[in-house]
Amino acid sequence: MNVPVVQPWIVLSFCSAIFFIGLAGVLIRRNILIIIMCIELMLNAVNLTLVTYSEILNDLGGEMAVFFVIVVAAVESAIGLSLVIAVFRTLRTVDTDSIQSLRG
Amino acid sequence: MLSLIVLLPLLGFLANGFWYMSQLKTEHKAPALQVGGLATGAIGGSFVIGLICFFRLLAMEPEHRVIEQTLFSWIFIDGLHLDFAFRLDALNSLFVLVITGVGTLIHLYSIGYMSHDASPGKFFAYLNLFCACMLVLVLGASLPVLFLGWEGVGLCSYLLISFWYTDDDKASAGKKAFIVNRVGDFGFLLGMFLIFTTFGTLDFTQLKMVVMNGALSPAQLAAVTSICLLLFVGCMGKSAQIPLYVWLPDAMAGPTPVSALIHAATMVTSGIYLVSRLNFLYTLSPDAMLFVAMIGALTALFAASIAIAQNDIKKVLAYSTVSQLGYMFLACGVGAYVSGVFHVITHAFFKALLFLGAGSVIHGMHEEQDIQKMGGLRSKMPRTFLVFAAGWLAICGIPPFSGFFSKDEILWQAFSSSRSELWLWLLGVVTALMTAFYMSRLFILTFLGEGRWKSHGHAKHDKHHDNHAPHDHGHAPKDAHAHHGGGEPHESPWIMVGPLVALAVLSLIGGFIGIPHMSWLEHWLEPIIPGFAPIKDGVHHETEWVLMGFSVLVALIGMGGAFFIYGNRARTESLQNSLAGFLKTLENKWYVDEIYDAAIVRPLRAVSVFLWKKIDVSIIDRTVLGFGSVSEMSGGVLRESQTGSTQIYIVTFAIGLLVIVGYALYGLV
Repeated sequence: MNVPVVQPWIVLSFCSAIFFIGLAGVLIRRNILIIIMCIELMLNAVNLTLVTYSEILNDLGGEMAVFFVIVVAAVESAIGLSLVIAVFRTLRTVDTDSIQSLRG
Repeated sequence: MLSLIVLLPLLGFLANGFWYMSQLKTEHKAPALQVGGLATGAIGGSFVIGLICFFRLLAMEPEHRVIEQTLFSWIFIDGLHLDFAFRLDALNSLFVLVITGVGTLIHLYSIGYMSHDASPGKFFAYLNLFCACMLVLVLGASLPVLFLGWEGVGLCSYLLISFWYTDDDKASAGKKAFIVNRVGDFGFLLGMFLIFTTFGTLDFTQLKMVVMNGALSPAQLAAVTSICLLLFVGCMGKSAQIPLYVWLPDAMAGPTPVSALIHAATMVTSGIYLVSRLNFLYTLSPDAMLFVAMIGALTALFAASIAIAQNDIKKVLAYSTVSQLGYMFLACGVGAYVSGVFHVITHAFFKALLFLGAGSVIHGMHEEQDIQKMGGLRSKMPRTFLVFAAGWLAICGIPPFSGFFSKDEILWQAFSSSRSELWLWLLGVVTALMTAFYMSRLFILTFLGEGRWKSHGHAKHDKHHDNHAPHDHGHAPKDAHAHHGGGEPHESPWIMVGPLVALAVLSLIGGFIGIPHMSWLEHWLEPIIPGFAPIKDGVHHETEWVLMGFSVLVALIGMGGAFFIYGNRARTESLQNSLAGFLKTLENKWYVDEIYDAAIVRPLRAVSVFLWKKIDVSIIDRTVLGFGSVSEMSGGVLRESQTGSTQIYIVTFAIGLLVIVGYALYGLV
């Protein structure tokens, strides 16, 4: 059986595309919810990269790392979302341009 | 046993102190009879225990007359192991008896004297604390324990001088005493450190063993002179010698029993105690001894000259005390430590008597202290007159009163000792003449002649208070006996006269412990103080009897001179007018306070003001404030970067990350 193999560079290009889409979203969008979603996007791009390299280098360490990242990401989004709710309750907005109380 | 001697007054202090504090908020204060009774009981019990210990010493072999008690290990560090220990021996047993004995009498007297005071509880608490500290001072087996008591009595002295602290003059008199004593204490501390580095021990017995047994190296011998001089600086402060004597006359601002107990009988003699305790060190250094004798003789003469022209009854006695302390140091300096200690004891008797008698006069005269406004009190206060006469004869040196024996022995030693110089003896004789003169002047103006108080109404009395020189602090508070009002002088109650009678008896017979050539005292102190210095070549023992007659003659001349001048009012006034300028100088104490003010206080103040205005405010403060404003300015600039906009932070972060990753991949291109 000659299964067609996906070339690693295709996967990696895909990963970096997703990563930079996420980064662009973080930089450009003003809604905190969207920013958090974009951060998740970046994290998953990294996860995919790790899995790819794990396959290429035949090292399970990369896949191990992915699990940690998933756990941390889950926690992060839980905290992030609750922060968003808290921010919305106090300030009645989730727009980052209007949340600038840390200005020096 | 020994610790009980200290503990009883300490407990009395605590009891009276807490009692007083518990009544701070209430109107009712415990009467003097109750608090005074408690305090007197405490010190009286201490006296009884002191007596028991003394008799136990008497029963021992002369060489082994020591009772020792170690309470706890005080300092335990590398190279220094110090116990908190008391040691009673022949020398300090005498001091213990004088402190507790005379102390008990003075406590008793104070019950009467302080009966109208607003806070007798505080007074008796302090008085008991003083006794406890003084007993620690003399009982301490090592220098640090002694120093603990030394500082403690200084504190109590300060507290009691400024007892009536609402009066500004009295409060500053207390401060003066404390500060001047600090100068002396500095010398004491340095001396103590030097002893430790030189001999490696601070315990008196061990120190004596090291000094007496071991052959001292030249370096150690050289250090001995410095040690003796440094410790003597401490004595100058505590025992009021030139140049640090200035605090003692001002200390008369305290209540009169305080002057009697602290500033005449006990605390001021601790310098003599220290020197005679360390006599084995002083004997090694002829230079230091000569210095001690010189300072002593000069102080004796100088203070006596001031006493001649003072008009405040307590000031006369204060300068007299300074002068007598000078005598004691003269004795120590010529190697006659025994005579110094002897004079401490007799002086404690007759000077406490004189001070308490003066207190009785002040009490009876409704707080009048100016002897020019007294006179004729013999008939008004017959009992005080009689006991005061005993003290007067004792200090003038009329046999068989105690002062004669001790003073004569000092003069004989100053004349005959191989360590003495002739001029020291001459100073001593002139001082004896002056002492007899000014004490007789005091006695005549106070008790004999016409009563000058009759013509002085109360209005003038108040004016007199205002006219006094600014340095004159010797007045009891005006409110203390306010309910007496003016009027006839009256005799004091028996609770005050009783202790006076006891002291008068002691002043009369106290000298018999040191009769020349069969001196019990000399024999008793022999294990601690090994005899007198050898007498000079060419001086015969028969001379002693001649000199004895001579010193009585000198005393009689002094007394006669005083009677000649002050017995006749017209003659007094004409003499006072013709010598007005000189007397003014004497009355103003040779302007020593003014000289100190100009030479030390003002320059010190100027330096302090310079350091404050120039160094502190314009340099140090500006530097510190400069740091502050630099931070503020840089903060103002940097705060602009904190926009609070999340996106800008993230962009910055992303760019930074790119730079770092780029550097990691390609290095510095």
